[in-house]
Amino acid sequence: MMDESNPYLPYIVKIEDTWYETPGDRAIKTFKVNFTDEKVWDTWSHRPGQCAMVGRLGVGESMFCISSSPTERGYLRFSVLRMGKVTSALHELEAGDSMTVRGPVGNSFPLEEWEGKNIITVGGGIGQAPLRPVINYIRANRDKYADLKVIYGARTMVDHCFKGEFDEYNQEGTACHLSIDVDEEQWPHFVGFVPNLLMEVAPSPESAIAVTCGPPVMIKFVIQNLEKLGFAPEQIYTTLEERMKCGIGKCGRCNVGHLYVCKDGPVFSYASLKDIPEAFA
Amino acid sequence: MAEHKFAKEKLGDLVSGLSGYRVFAPTAIGDVVRFAEVTDPAQVTLDYVNSNVPPKELMFPETETLFRYRLGQDEIDAAVPSADDKRVILGIRPCDSQAYSIVERLYSWDFNDPYFLNRLGGTTLVGLACADPCANCFCPSVGGGPASEEYLDAIMYDLGDTYYLKTITDKGDEVAKALSGVLEAAGGGEKKAAEKQAGDALSKIQRSIDTAGIPEKLPSLYDHPFWEQFSDRCLGCGICTYLCPTCHCFDIQDECEAFDARRARMWDTCMFAEYSLHTSGHNPRPTRKERTRNRISHKYSYFPEKFEVIACVGCGRCINYCPVNIDILDILEKSKEAEAKEAKTA
Repeated sequence: MMDESNPYLPYIVKIEDTWYETPGDRAIKTFKVNFTDEKVWDTWSHRPGQCAMVGRLGVGESMFCISSSPTERGYLRFSVLRMGKVTSALHELEAGDSMTVRGPVGNSFPLEEWEGKNIITVGGGIGQAPLRPVINYIRANRDKYADLKVIYGARTMVDHCFKGEFDEYNQEGTACHLSIDVDEEQWPHFVGFVPNLLMEVAPSPESAIAVTCGPPVMIKFVIQNLEKLGFAPEQIYTTLEERMKCGIGKCGRCNVGHLYVCKDGPVFSYASLKDIPEAFA
Repeated sequence: MAEHKFAKEKLGDLVSGLSGYRVFAPTAIGDVVRFAEVTDPAQVTLDYVNSNVPPKELMFPETETLFRYRLGQDEIDAAVPSADDKRVILGIRPCDSQAYSIVERLYSWDFNDPYFLNRLGGTTLVGLACADPCANCFCPSVGGGPASEEYLDAIMYDLGDTYYLKTITDKGDEVAKALSGVLEAAGGGEKKAAEKQAGDALSKIQRSIDTAGIPEKLPSLYDHPFWEQFSDRCLGCGICTYLCPTCHCFDIQDECEAFDARRARMWDTCMFAEYSLHTSGHNPRPTRKERTRNRISHKYSYFPEKFEVIACVGCGRCINYCPVNIDILDILEKSKEAEAKEAKTA
C-alpha cells in the first residue's frame, strides 16, 4: 500500500514488458511493471477500478487506472494513451527502464455487491482499460457471477485495446460485441457509435449491472440508452476523470461538486452522480 | 491557563527570550506586512490590521520540495520538515489560526500530509487580538471573532503601553515558561481592559452574512445566471485565492537543474483555466463563470458538506485586494436572493 508516513513518495518500478495496443499519433502502450523492492508486494493490494499515479522522475506523474486485475499476481499493468507531456515521456520507455508508481488510490467497483448478477461492460477507446480488471476479476471468479457481456467500440479496426484477449472471452462463453465508428473493409462486426451498439445488443436490465467507461460524450449517451433499456440509475456504474496532481484528496482540482474524483471516485454509480451537474461538465 | 503581561518596550526581550524556538512574526516591507522568521526583534511589527499575505505560507509554503533525486538514478530523498522543529508564530490574528484548523481537516483526511501536519504540530500559536478590525472583516459570521481563542495556544492584547498575554493550552504555558524572565503576573485590571477591547472590537465589525442555509442551497444555483454578474468582471488574476488563508490547492511539478532534481508543490488557483484543463483540451470549467462558481461553492458548500465547516474565516482579504471589487459577501447575498426567487416561482 501507499507509504503511510508520506503519501507523496512513489515506489520505483521496473518495466518487465511493454507493447503497443494501438498505433498512430494517439498510440496506446501497455506497461507491465514490477516493484524494484519486492517487499512492496507484502502490503500491496488493489481492487478493480483503483488507480495509481504513474510517472517518470524528471517529468512528472499522472493518474492512470490499474488495468490489471488483482487476480493477476506479481505484476501491475498500465495502458497509457499518448497525449501530453507525461504520457509522451512514458511512451519513450522500454523494458528494463524505471517508472514511478504511487498508489493504489481511489475507490473501486463494488464487485462483491454484484455477485450473482449479469454484468455488462460498455467501453469506448482507452475506456476499456478500467473495464479490463472488472472482466478479468469476473473471469477468475466465474461461478460467482451470471452472464458477462463485453461491449466495446473504437474509432477504427486498429484502435481496440487488448485485441488478443477477445478470442479468449468468446471461447469462455463471454459474448464480446465490437464496433468501429466508420465502416472498413473486412470488418465483420457492428459499425457505428458505442451507444448504438448497446441498443443493437439490447441487454436486459433484469438482475443486471452495466459498467461504462469511455469519452464523456459516449458515457452520456450510453447512460441515456441504458435508461431506455430499463436500467435504473443504481444499476449503472461509470468512472470519471479529471485533472489530478496529488491523487489523495488534497490538491483540490479534481472535484465535481463536493466529490473528489481521486478519492471519492473514480467509480460512481449513476445514482450518486445524476444530481451533480458538474459530473458531466 | 495563566495571565501575564509585559511592557511594550520588552517586546525585543520577549522575542530573544524564545531561544528554544524559531520565531515567526509579522514584519513590514514597505507597506506590505508579511510573516517571516525573525532573527532581530527590531523586524517585528505588531502594529498592523492584518498581514497582506496570510501566514498560511508558514505551514504551506508558496513552493516547497516534496523530495529530491538525481536524474537517471532511482533514489528518492524525502524533504519532510521535522515535527521536532519547534516554532512560535507571534502575533497571528485569530482568523488566520482558525484557517489552519480548517485546512487541517482536509490535510488529515485519510491520508496525512506530513509536510503541513508536522509544521502545525511543532508550532505554538501566540495570537494577537484585533482591536481595530478592517472594513471588510466578517469573522463573527463564520465562527470566529476579533479575540477568538479557540484556535490559539495563547493570545495577546495590545493595551497601550503593555501587552496582556493569556495562555490557553499547554503549549502556550510552555512558551510562557520560557519567558518567565520577561513576563509579569497580570491582574484584574488588564483582564478587564482586554475584555472591554474585545467587546469594542466586535462592535466595530461592519459586515456580516447569515450563512444559514447557504451550504445546502448553493448547489441548486449551479446554472443560475446570477454568477455572471460577478464573473463578467473577474480578471482571473487569482489574488482572491493566493491571499486566502483557507485556499490550499497546489500544483506538483518536477524541476531539474542539470542532474539535481526535485519534485515540488506550489500554490495553485482554481481561478486559472489551466487548473482544470484536461490534456485532451477539454476543460470542465472553461470560463470565469464556472471558476467563480467553483471558488464560492467550494468554500460555502462543498467543503462544509465534507468537513462540516465553512472554508472561510471572514478575514476580508479577497474583498480588499480584488482589483475589480468582487465581494464574496455580495455574491453570497445575491445567491440567497436568487434562491429565494427560485423557491417562490417553483
